[in-house]
Amino acid sequence: MSTVTPYRSDLRAGRDGFAQLLRAEWTKFRTVRGWVAGIVAAALLIVGLGLLFSSGSHSSCMKGPVEVPCPAPVLGPGGEAVSDRFYFVHQPLDGDGSITVRVNSMTGQIRKPDVTAGVRNVVTGVVPWAKAGIMIKESTEQGAPYAAVMVTGSHGVRMQHNFTEDVAGRPGGVSAQSPRWLRLTRTGDTITGEESPDGRQWTRVGTARLDGLPAQVRIGLFAASPGDITVTANTIGGYSAASRFTEATAVMDEVGLRGEGTGGTWRIDDIGVTTGLDGVTPHHPGRLERSGGTFAITGVGDIAPLTELGSIERTLTGAMVGLIIVIVVAVLFVTAEYRRQLIRTTLLASPRRGRVLVAKAVVIGTVTFVAGLAANAVALPIGRQILRGNNIYPLPVSTLTELRVVAGVAALLAVAAVFAVALGSLFRRSAMAVIVAIAAILVPYVLATASVLPASVSDWLLRVTPAAGFAIQQSIPAYPQVTSYYAPASGFYPLAPWAGFAVLCGYAALALALAVHRLRRNDV
Amino acid sequence: MRREIHAEWTKLRTVAGPGWLLAGMVVLTVALSAVAATTVTCGSAGCGHDATRLGLMGVQLGQAMVALLAVPAVCGEYSTGLIHTSLTAMPRRTTLLAAKASVLTAMALAAGTVAVLGSVLAGRLLLPGSGFTAEHGYAPLSLTDGPTLRAAVGSVLYLGLIALLSVGVATAVRDSAAATGVVLGLLYLFPISIRMIADEETQRFLWMISPTNAGLAVQATTDSAILPLGPWAGLGVLAAWAAAALLTGWVLLRQRDA
Repeated sequence: MSTVTPYRSDLRAGRDGFAQLLRAEWTKFRTVRGWVAGIVAAALLIVGLGLLFSSGSHSSCMKGPVEVPCPAPVLGPGGEAVSDRFYFVHQPLDGDGSITVRVNSMTGQIRKPDVTAGVRNVVTGVVPWAKAGIMIKESTEQGAPYAAVMVTGSHGVRMQHNFTEDVAGRPGGVSAQSPRWLRLTRTGDTITGEESPDGRQWTRVGTARLDGLPAQVRIGLFAASPGDITVTANTIGGYSAASRFTEATAVMDEVGLRGEGTGGTWRIDDIGVTTGLDGVTPHHPGRLERSGGTFAITGVGDIAPLTELGSIERTLTGAMVGLIIVIVVAVLFVTAEYRRQLIRTTLLASPRRGRVLVAKAVVIGTVTFVAGLAANAVALPIGRQILRGNNIYPLPVSTLTELRVVAGVAALLAVAAVFAVALGSLFRRSAMAVIVAIAAILVPYVLATASVLPASVSDWLLRVTPAAGFAIQQSIPAYPQVTSYYAPASGFYPLAPWAGFAVLCGYAALALALAVHRLRRNDV
Repeated sequence: MRREIHAEWTKLRTVAGPGWLLAGMVVLTVALSAVAATTVTCGSAGCGHDATRLGLMGVQLGQAMVALLAVPAVCGEYSTGLIHTSLTAMPRRTTLLAAKASVLTAMALAAGTVAVLGSVLAGRLLLPGSGFTAEHGYAPLSLTDGPTLRAAVGSVLYLGLIALLSVGVATAVRDSAAATGVVLGLLYLFPISIRMIADEETQRFLWMISPTNAGLAVQATTDSAILPLGPWAGLGVLAAWAAAALLTGWVLLRQRDA
């Protein structure tokens, strides 16, 4: 009788935890010069191209025949760039008080594209966001905090404050038969807006808190009318949006002012009016025609956040080139194992195949994220500095938004890398994986932003394809109360930043799951 | 060179990939053209769209498939080691490269012809439904119309040149992932950069050196006068890129060890 002792190696068993696996994959990555060089090149290109694009963009401002430095945009109370131009008929108000008015009509003119060259084509009408009503504003300074209740061209009664906030009241326009009564009441820092069809039954539209409002403010009547925008596709692949002159005239009466300081003479300010070529004559001024208690106020311009000057993410254009390099490196990180048969050793050492792939994804994702983060964190501030030197002021955003853009674009590259690793493992062929990754992420983006496809198709492309992830870089939101060209071509995505990013993550997770499934089922 | 061409043809014919890729290229090209012809609408006379160009839009996707055909056909030899056999059997490297390029270009041209004809047919059938009618000043797409014929022939040649460009880049780079990245980068990054940059001078410059933007000028039938380059000059830009890539590939193929 003999007992068979099974063979046992004298070597101590190595640990095969996930940490060891990560270390193994990191070693593989770190020791291939081409891959490290690729990621470094991607980071350098993000910085280099960002700076190149910034220094290649110029803008100039003329005052008459002389070129002058472009004025920095007016900033609102929240730090955002705003347009603050309107006709204001106002009085001082000390402490609490209120203003009541009846709006009887709103008419206006819109300049349409010229039919015959050189002949102004002006039609009567009001643009949807023409606005007139009553306002309490800290001062007549552009960008000063305010709250206003107003009637609009075709969006009914609104209460707006501090440029970005907008609350809807009753819909419908105004006419002599159905006038609209408006009232603004100040109590401390709180301003309440109300409306009424007859001046007796009042409904509250909204309230605004203007923190730190000084005791003395301006209170009065205003009118404004944003430009009419037409967008034409540019033959060489961009678009140009032109904003043409419009004006709105509102007739108001039954003006009732209560509060200390009121009751004196009305002051008039055409806030933010620009001067014509000679530097003296106002360009498209507003006006007031007053007969007794009836005020006919004509205003031009808008009281709203700016959306069109260009945004900070423009400095990260190089990330597109970085994206291609990252995809190539990530695909190679997997397919090279098949080509060199290293995969057999890898799977022998770590037979739990799913974990191998996850470790690969974690390593390439982390490496890409760190490299992208460093590159973006350099490219964005320097690019903005260069743009300012070239008379271009990218729209300022909060620090949090800026961080989201910088980290978000890095995360976009990282998730694209994970997606590419999964595709590489799924197809085991480099060319196929690279093309599918680029066709899935970059081609929809190109088709959506640089082709003649209509905005509706572009929007769908950027909702359902992995290209939705580019939404993470949008720093300026699309404001429903501001007329602008909100299309992928001008940097506005159909999905919210994190929602778009989630779509990309979903694709990456799906690809990774399929890749793990195939790796488990198939022979290598 | 006949035998070399025969050898290259045999290599491509006897694997399943190229056939499927060419079929896929035709399907994707016609599909995208059809989508463009259905979704872009013309509401009134003078809506400013170029109907021919719309009908041929699928080429923008088809070109990626041509790259996917050509790049692995070259790089695959390096990854499997077949290149050693090829060079032993056909030691004249210039002839080998020429044979490979000819066969791949011929395949791209053949599939491209089918794809472009399919796109024109799709455009002819679908565009009137999107408002591109006689009342709005659009005749149905027809190859008897001079500019449309030029756009169609030009698109086929465009796809052929993409095959040449891919062969050149692939021979120079050898690794299929990197070569694919380079080719697709050249094709798709220029249109994005043009949109991102604010300066019009720079935009025009980028447009003129971009293989996709300038190359596809050959499809323009209505705004040829406004574009920075004429149709054939535009295609010439892509030809220059392809020639430069082939030259680089040729020099490297002759000088490097396989």
